[in-house]
Amino acid sequence: MRHLIGIEDLSVSEIESLIATAEDIIANPQKYSACAAGKKLATLFYEPSTRTRLSFEAAMMELGGGVLGFSEAQSSSAAKGESIADTAKVISCFADIMVMRHFKEGAPMVAAMNATVPVINAGDGGHNHPTQTLTDLLTIKREKGRLDNLTVGFCGDLKFGRTVHSLITALSRYTGIKLVLISPKELTIPDYIKNEVLDKKGLPYVETTSLEDSIGELDILYMTRVQRERFFNEQDYIRLKDSYILTPEKLDTAKSDLCIMHPLPRVNEISVGVDKDSRACYFKQVLYGKYIRMALIKMLLEAAQ
Amino acid sequence: MNVDEIKNGFVIDHIKAGKGMEIYRLLGLEQLDCPIAIIKNAPSRRVGKKDIIKVDATNAEIDLSVLGYIDPDVTVNVIKDGVNVKKYHPELPLEIADIIKCKNPRCITSTEQELPHVFKLTDPETRTYRCIYCESKAKNS
Repeated sequence: MRHLIGIEDLSVSEIESLIATAEDIIANPQKYSACAAGKKLATLFYEPSTRTRLSFEAAMMELGGGVLGFSEAQSSSAAKGESIADTAKVISCFADIMVMRHFKEGAPMVAAMNATVPVINAGDGGHNHPTQTLTDLLTIKREKGRLDNLTVGFCGDLKFGRTVHSLITALSRYTGIKLVLISPKELTIPDYIKNEVLDKKGLPYVETTSLEDSIGELDILYMTRVQRERFFNEQDYIRLKDSYILTPEKLDTAKSDLCIMHPLPRVNEISVGVDKDSRACYFKQVLYGKYIRMALIKMLLEAAQ
Repeated sequence: MNVDEIKNGFVIDHIKAGKGMEIYRLLGLEQLDCPIAIIKNAPSRRVGKKDIIKVDATNAEIDLSVLGYIDPDVTVNVIKDGVNVKKYHPELPLEIADIIKCKNPRCITSTEQELPHVFKLTDPETRTYRCIYCESKAKNS
């Protein structure tokens, strides 16, 4: 049984195949409108999520399938103390595929070990969120036409941002990738990502604290939120927070074909004034998320047959 | 102190002094119904002192792979009919189950008590093991 727990579960060729399917869905949506007819997707969301859950539900509906599930732990049998293993076995009796978001790291893997239908990890705490990574890869492919030979800037909280770690891991499998890691010193990329991904794969990278100094060389700018709760010292937060707000003025020196991405939700790290800029891709990114999830559901349902 | 030589079984030698009892427990040797000797603080020319475990069992099926994780310097001697037929250093096991616990409070193993604590070898060079659920690095690897 195929599952998707972490992005490394997929080979580069499988990712390329998913991206190709997603692009075909974008071009010919009617061709896929009955792909999942008669099938049911269970959404097991133990913690709230608006975009990811609705994206999966919309994806399944557009494939002609049905959706059932819960959107908070309190309305599930977890509130009665049921284990993940038991829940996975029970849901396997009702649904053909399940999507799980859980606040505990590794919960979807436990579900996958016990389910008899495919399990998709829709985020397990601060650990993995592979469909966000697939979304990011499809966005890059659609907007830049390639996944190799790119200078990618990551800006903001690079220490705790799981989407950043996961996308860096995924991009490390392509050639010609250069990374510019822009963050306050308090929120730099963790050593294990440097040692086990960047150094091991020989990926060139520079670390900097200045967005303005490096924006001109970027093909992709991946923004993340600098969160107040990550700082021990309130004054440090106040000192740093505005350095990482993207404004129309900061884009003056950026390339004309820069692709600005953000996993959302944003708070204030991208000013609303940037939304009108043709380089702002973060809302298109949300839409691409639905298409890549359609491709993924289709792939896993076919593999399960 | 004299401990008889064994006829059939195995000798785990060059155990770091003080680790003998831990290895005895982790290998589940207390479940065996055969003569077992644990020698602590035996003199060693190389390291000063060491622990040794001798197991006199003809057909004992003991999974010794975990030894590579606990103490890679140990030597295993397999004895058959009083002859040392094989001597080796155990390799790092690819996976270890219920030997160490995941310490990450955000890991699913912290709330689902019945789950086995399984760690996979992710980097043999640095002897790094990571939890299969949350990928946290094993603290004592």
